[in-house]
Amino acid sequence: MAGEMAGNSTKKKISALVVDDDRLVRRIHGMLLTRFGMETNAVENGKEAVDLFASGKCYDLVFMDMEMPIMDGLKATQALREMGVSSTIVGVTSRTQEGETQAFMEAGLDACWEKPLTRDGIISLLDQVAKKLL
Amino acid sequence: MEIVGQLQKQYVEFSTSLYREGFLDEQFIQLQKLQDESNPDFVVEVVSIFFEDSEKLINDLATAIQQQVVDFKQVDAHVHQFKGSSSSIGANRVKNMCIALRSFCDEKNLDGCLRCLQQVKHEYFLVKNKLETLFRGISHLKENIDSFFSFLIHHFFRRKK
Repeated sequence: MAGEMAGNSTKKKISALVVDDDRLVRRIHGMLLTRFGMETNAVENGKEAVDLFASGKCYDLVFMDMEMPIMDGLKATQALREMGVSSTIVGVTSRTQEGETQAFMEAGLDACWEKPLTRDGIISLLDQVAKKLL
Repeated sequence: MEIVGQLQKQYVEFSTSLYREGFLDEQFIQLQKLQDESNPDFVVEVVSIFFEDSEKLINDLATAIQQQVVDFKQVDAHVHQFKGSSSSIGANRVKNMCIALRSFCDEKNLDGCLRCLQQVKHEYFLVKNKLETLFRGISHLKENIDSFFSFLIHHFFRRKK
Protein backbone atom coordinates (compact mmCIF):
# COMPACT_ATOMS: atom_id res chain seq x y z
CA MET A 1 0.00 0.00 0.00
CA ALA A 2 1.19 3.51 -0.79
CA GLY A 3 1.27 4.64 2.82
CA GLU A 4 3.37 1.78 4.11
CA MET A 5 7.12 1.48 4.02
CA ALA A 6 9.21 -1.67 4.52
CA GLY A 7 11.78 -1.33 7.27
CA ASN A 8 13.67 -4.29 8.77
CA SER A 9 11.05 -6.91 9.52
CA THR A 10 8.22 -4.52 10.29
CA LYS A 11 6.24 -2.28 7.97
CA LYS A 12 5.93 1.26 9.21
CA LYS A 13 2.74 3.05 8.26
CA ILE A 14 2.73 6.78 7.62
CA SER A 15 0.63 8.38 10.35
CA ALA A 16 -1.86 11.14 9.60
CA LEU A 17 -3.92 13.45 11.79
CA VAL A 18 -7.09 15.14 10.51
CA VAL A 19 -7.92 18.31 12.44
CA ASP A 20 -11.42 19.58 11.57
CA ASP A 21 -14.53 20.63 13.47
CA ASP A 22 -16.82 19.14 10.80
CA ARG A 23 -17.52 15.44 11.46
CA LEU A 24 -18.37 14.84 7.80
CA VAL A 25 -14.94 16.11 6.75
CA ARG A 26 -13.23 14.04 9.48
CA ARG A 27 -15.01 10.91 8.24
CA ILE A 28 -14.33 11.47 4.54
CA HIS A 29 -10.72 12.65 4.82
CA GLY A 30 -10.05 9.96 7.42
CA MET A 31 -11.32 7.25 5.08
CA LEU A 32 -9.37 8.64 2.11
CA LEU A 33 -6.11 8.58 4.10
CA THR A 34 -6.84 5.12 5.54
CA ARG A 35 -7.42 3.78 2.05
CA PHE A 36 -3.96 5.04 1.17
CA GLY A 37 -2.63 2.76 3.88
CA MET A 38 -2.03 5.41 6.53
CA GLU A 39 -2.56 5.11 10.26
CA THR A 40 -5.20 7.81 10.71
CA ASN A 41 -6.57 9.73 13.68
CA ALA A 42 -8.94 12.70 13.82
CA VAL A 43 -9.62 15.52 16.30
CA GLU A 44 -12.14 18.36 16.41
CA ASN A 45 -10.04 21.46 16.94
CA GLY A 46 -6.54 22.91 17.10
CA LYS A 47 -6.20 22.56 20.86
CA GLU A 48 -6.81 18.79 20.72
CA ALA A 49 -4.11 18.52 18.05
CA VAL A 50 -1.62 20.50 20.13
CA ASP A 51 -2.46 18.43 23.23
CA LEU A 52 -1.84 15.20 21.30
CA PHE A 53 1.63 16.31 20.23
CA ALA A 54 2.34 17.68 23.73
CA SER A 55 1.49 14.26 25.18
CA GLY A 56 4.25 12.73 23.06
CA LYS A 57 2.20 11.48 20.13
CA CYS A 58 3.65 12.21 16.72
CA TYR A 59 2.16 12.24 13.24
CA ASP A 60 4.02 12.37 9.94
CA LEU A 61 1.18 14.30 8.30
CA VAL A 62 -1.28 16.80 9.73
CA PHE A 63 -4.28 18.07 7.78
CA MET A 64 -5.26 21.29 9.52
CA ASP A 65 -8.59 23.01 8.94
CA MET A 66 -8.39 26.79 9.14
CA GLU A 67 -11.56 27.70 11.02
CA MET A 68 -12.32 25.80 14.19
CA PRO A 69 -13.69 26.73 17.61
CA ILE A 70 -11.50 26.82 20.75
CA MET A 71 -8.25 27.01 18.74
CA ASP A 72 -8.19 27.66 15.00
CA GLY A 73 -5.79 26.21 12.46
CA LEU A 74 -3.54 29.23 12.33
CA LYS A 75 -2.92 29.33 16.10
CA ALA A 76 -2.56 25.55 16.27
CA THR A 77 0.03 25.55 13.49
CA GLN A 78 2.01 28.33 15.20
CA ALA A 79 1.87 26.45 18.50
CA LEU A 80 3.04 23.19 16.91
CA ARG A 81 5.99 24.88 15.18
CA GLU A 82 6.94 26.64 18.41
CA MET A 83 6.96 23.25 20.11
CA GLY A 84 9.47 22.10 17.50
CA VAL A 85 7.08 19.85 15.58
CA SER A 86 8.57 19.17 12.16
CA SER A 87 5.70 17.09 10.74
CA THR A 88 4.33 18.01 7.34
CA ILE A 89 1.36 20.28 8.06
CA VAL A 90 -1.08 20.89 5.23
CA GLY A 91 -3.68 23.60 5.70
CA VAL A 92 -7.08 22.60 4.36
CA THR A 93 -9.55 25.38 3.80
CA SER A 94 -12.80 26.27 2.08
CA ARG A 95 -11.82 29.91 2.12
CA THR A 96 -10.20 30.89 -1.13
CA GLN A 97 -9.30 34.48 -0.34
CA GLU A 98 -5.60 35.19 -0.92
CA GLY A 99 -4.91 37.15 2.24
CA GLU A 100 -6.28 34.51 4.59
CA THR A 101 -4.38 31.68 2.90
CA GLN A 102 -1.14 33.67 3.08
CA ALA A 103 -1.48 34.33 6.81
CA PHE A 104 -2.17 30.63 7.33
CA MET A 105 0.94 29.67 5.31
CA GLU A 106 3.05 32.10 7.31
CA ALA A 107 1.95 30.39 10.52
CA GLY A 108 4.15 27.47 9.45
CA LEU A 109 2.31 25.33 6.90
CA ASP A 110 4.09 23.25 4.31
CA ALA A 111 1.19 23.69 1.90
CA CYS A 112 -2.35 25.01 1.82
CA TRP A 113 -5.06 23.25 -0.15
CA GLU A 114 -8.70 23.81 -0.86
CA LYS A 115 -11.21 21.26 0.44
CA PRO A 116 -11.95 18.52 -0.28
CA LEU A 117 -8.72 16.50 -0.23
CA THR A 118 -8.08 14.64 -3.47
CA ARG A 119 -6.22 11.45 -4.36
CA ASP A 120 -3.74 13.30 -6.59
CA GLY A 121 -2.85 15.77 -3.86
CA ILE A 122 -2.23 12.99 -1.39
CA ILE A 123 -0.11 11.01 -3.85
CA SER A 124 2.17 14.01 -4.41
CA LEU A 125 2.40 14.53 -0.64
CA LEU A 126 3.29 10.90 0.09
CA ASP A 127 6.31 11.26 -2.17
CA GLN A 128 7.60 14.20 -0.12
CA VAL A 129 6.81 12.56 3.21
CA ALA A 130 8.53 9.30 2.25
CA LYS A 131 11.68 11.23 1.34
CA LYS A 132 11.58 13.02 4.70
CA LEU A 133 11.29 9.75 6.59
CA LEU A 134 14.11 7.97 4.78
CA MET B 1 -33.50 -12.36 -15.26
CA GLU B 2 -35.06 -9.61 -17.31
CA ILE B 3 -35.90 -7.44 -14.32
CA VAL B 4 -32.27 -7.20 -13.15
CA GLY B 5 -31.23 -5.89 -16.57
CA GLN B 6 -34.06 -3.37 -16.59
CA LEU B 7 -33.34 -2.16 -13.07
CA GLN B 8 -29.67 -1.84 -13.86
CA LYS B 9 -30.44 0.24 -16.94
CA GLN B 10 -32.81 2.51 -14.98
CA TYR B 11 -30.24 2.92 -12.22
CA VAL B 12 -27.48 3.89 -14.66
CA GLU B 13 -29.73 6.36 -16.50
CA PHE B 14 -30.87 7.97 -13.26
CA SER B 15 -27.36 8.13 -11.84
CA THR B 16 -25.98 9.68 -15.06
CA SER B 17 -28.73 12.31 -15.08
CA LEU B 18 -27.72 13.45 -11.60
CA TYR B 19 -24.26 14.34 -12.88
CA ARG B 20 -25.53 15.79 -16.14
CA GLU B 21 -28.00 18.07 -14.35
CA GLY B 22 -25.33 19.22 -11.91
CA PHE B 23 -26.89 17.76 -8.74
CA LEU B 24 -23.74 15.76 -8.09
CA ASP B 25 -20.14 16.29 -9.11
CA GLU B 26 -16.81 14.45 -9.22
CA GLN B 27 -16.56 14.42 -5.42
CA PHE B 28 -19.49 11.97 -5.18
CA ILE B 29 -17.65 9.62 -7.53
CA GLN B 30 -14.58 9.89 -5.23
CA LEU B 31 -16.76 8.92 -2.27
CA GLN B 32 -18.02 5.85 -4.10
CA LYS B 33 -14.41 4.85 -4.80
CA LEU B 34 -13.71 4.92 -1.04
CA GLN B 35 -16.36 2.26 -0.44
CA ASP B 36 -15.19 -1.34 -0.41
CA GLU B 37 -15.98 -4.74 1.15
CA SER B 38 -14.59 -3.65 4.52
CA ASN B 39 -16.70 -0.46 4.43
CA PRO B 40 -19.73 -1.46 2.35
CA ASP B 41 -22.02 1.26 3.70
CA PHE B 42 -19.60 4.15 3.57
CA VAL B 43 -21.51 6.26 1.02
CA VAL B 44 -24.86 5.81 2.76
CA GLU B 45 -23.19 6.61 6.09
CA VAL B 46 -21.61 9.89 4.95
CA VAL B 47 -24.74 10.95 3.06
CA SER B 48 -26.77 10.33 6.23
CA ILE B 49 -24.35 12.51 8.20
CA PHE B 50 -24.76 15.17 5.51
CA PHE B 51 -28.59 15.03 5.79
CA GLU B 52 -28.49 15.37 9.59
CA ASP B 53 -25.96 18.20 9.62
CA SER B 54 -27.68 20.06 6.77
CA GLU B 55 -31.07 20.07 8.41
CA LYS B 56 -29.58 21.50 11.56
CA LEU B 57 -27.70 24.13 9.54
CA ILE B 58 -30.85 25.13 7.65
CA ASN B 59 -32.68 25.64 10.97
CA ASP B 60 -29.76 27.64 12.38
CA LEU B 61 -29.69 29.77 9.23
CA ALA B 62 -33.43 30.43 9.34
CA THR B 63 -33.16 31.44 13.01
CA ALA B 64 -30.17 33.72 12.41
CA ILE B 65 -31.85 35.45 9.46
CA GLN B 66 -35.08 36.02 11.38
CA GLN B 67 -33.44 37.90 14.26
CA GLN B 68 -34.52 41.50 14.93
CA VAL B 69 -30.99 42.60 14.26
CA VAL B 70 -29.38 40.17 11.86
CA ASP B 71 -25.80 39.21 12.65
CA PHE B 72 -24.46 38.68 9.12
CA LYS B 73 -21.19 37.26 10.43
CA GLN B 74 -23.12 34.51 12.17
CA VAL B 75 -25.20 33.84 9.04
CA ASP B 76 -21.98 33.73 7.02
CA ALA B 77 -20.42 31.24 9.43
CA HIS B 78 -23.36 28.85 8.98
CA VAL B 79 -23.31 29.24 5.18
CA HIS B 80 -19.57 28.64 5.18
CA GLN B 81 -20.10 25.35 6.99
CA PHE B 82 -22.94 24.33 4.68
CA LYS B 83 -20.81 25.14 1.65
CA GLY B 84 -18.02 22.99 3.08
CA SER B 85 -20.18 19.97 3.79
CA SER B 86 -22.09 20.11 0.51
CA SER B 87 -18.84 20.30 -1.43
CA SER B 88 -17.34 17.35 0.49
CA ILE B 89 -20.38 15.23 -0.52
CA GLY B 90 -20.40 16.45 -4.10
CA ALA B 91 -23.77 18.23 -3.77
CA ASN B 92 -22.80 20.70 -6.46
CA ARG B 93 -25.97 22.79 -6.80
CA VAL B 94 -26.30 23.22 -3.03
CA LYS B 95 -22.67 24.34 -2.87
CA ASN B 96 -23.22 26.92 -5.64
CA MET B 97 -26.30 28.32 -3.90
CA CYS B 98 -24.26 28.65 -0.69
CA ILE B 99 -21.66 30.65 -2.62
CA ALA B 100 -24.43 32.98 -3.86
CA LEU B 101 -25.83 33.31 -0.33
CA ARG B 102 -22.39 34.30 0.98
CA SER B 103 -22.29 37.21 -1.50
CA PHE B 104 -25.58 38.52 -0.12
CA CYS B 105 -24.16 38.18 3.41
CA ASP B 106 -21.08 40.15 2.41
CA GLU B 107 -23.31 42.92 1.07
CA LYS B 108 -25.48 42.69 4.21
CA ASN B 109 -28.43 42.40 1.81
CA LEU B 110 -31.20 40.94 3.97
CA ASP B 111 -33.77 40.56 1.17
CA GLY B 112 -31.19 38.87 -1.02
CA CYS B 113 -30.27 36.55 1.87
CA LEU B 114 -33.89 35.61 2.50
CA ARG B 115 -34.58 34.83 -1.16
CA CYS B 116 -31.30 32.96 -1.59
CA LEU B 117 -31.86 30.89 1.57
CA GLN B 118 -35.13 29.64 0.05
CA GLN B 119 -33.17 28.56 -3.00
CA VAL B 120 -30.53 26.85 -0.86
CA LYS B 121 -33.30 24.91 0.93
CA HIS B 122 -34.93 24.05 -2.38
CA GLU B 123 -31.69 22.70 -3.83
CA TYR B 124 -30.95 20.77 -0.65
CA PHE B 125 -34.34 19.02 -0.59
CA LEU B 126 -34.07 18.27 -4.30
CA VAL B 127 -30.67 16.55 -3.94
CA LYS B 128 -31.84 14.78 -0.79
CA ASN B 129 -34.76 13.36 -2.72
CA LYS B 130 -32.50 12.32 -5.61
CA LEU B 131 -30.01 10.58 -3.30
CA GLU B 132 -32.78 8.74 -1.44
CA THR B 133 -34.15 7.56 -4.79
CA LEU B 134 -30.66 6.47 -5.82
CA PHE B 135 -30.17 4.41 -2.66
CA ARG B 136 -33.64 2.86 -2.96
CA GLY B 137 -32.72 1.90 -6.52
CA ILE B 138 -29.49 0.26 -5.32
CA SER B 139 -31.22 -1.75 -2.59
CA HIS B 140 -34.00 -2.78 -5.01
CA LEU B 141 -31.36 -3.93 -7.47
CA LYS B 142 -29.48 -5.81 -4.74
CA GLU B 143 -32.66 -7.58 -3.58
CA ASN B 144 -33.40 -8.69 -7.10
CA ILE B 145 -29.85 -9.84 -7.72
CA ASP B 146 -29.90 -11.74 -4.40
CA SER B 147 -33.17 -13.44 -5.21
CA PHE B 148 -31.93 -14.20 -8.72
CA PHE B 149 -28.84 -15.94 -7.32
CA SER B 150 -30.89 -17.77 -4.69
CA PHE B 151 -33.15 -18.97 -7.49
CA LEU B 152 -30.12 -20.12 -9.54
CA ILE B 153 -28.50 -21.96 -6.61
CA HIS B 154 -31.78 -23.60 -5.59
CA HIS B 155 -32.51 -24.62 -9.19
CA PHE B 156 -28.97 -25.97 -9.64
CA PHE B 157 -29.08 -28.11 -6.49
CA ARG B 158 -32.54 -29.42 -7.30
CA ARG B 159 -31.32 -30.52 -10.73
CA LYS B 160 -28.18 -32.18 -9.25
CA LYS B 161 -30.44 -34.38 -7.11
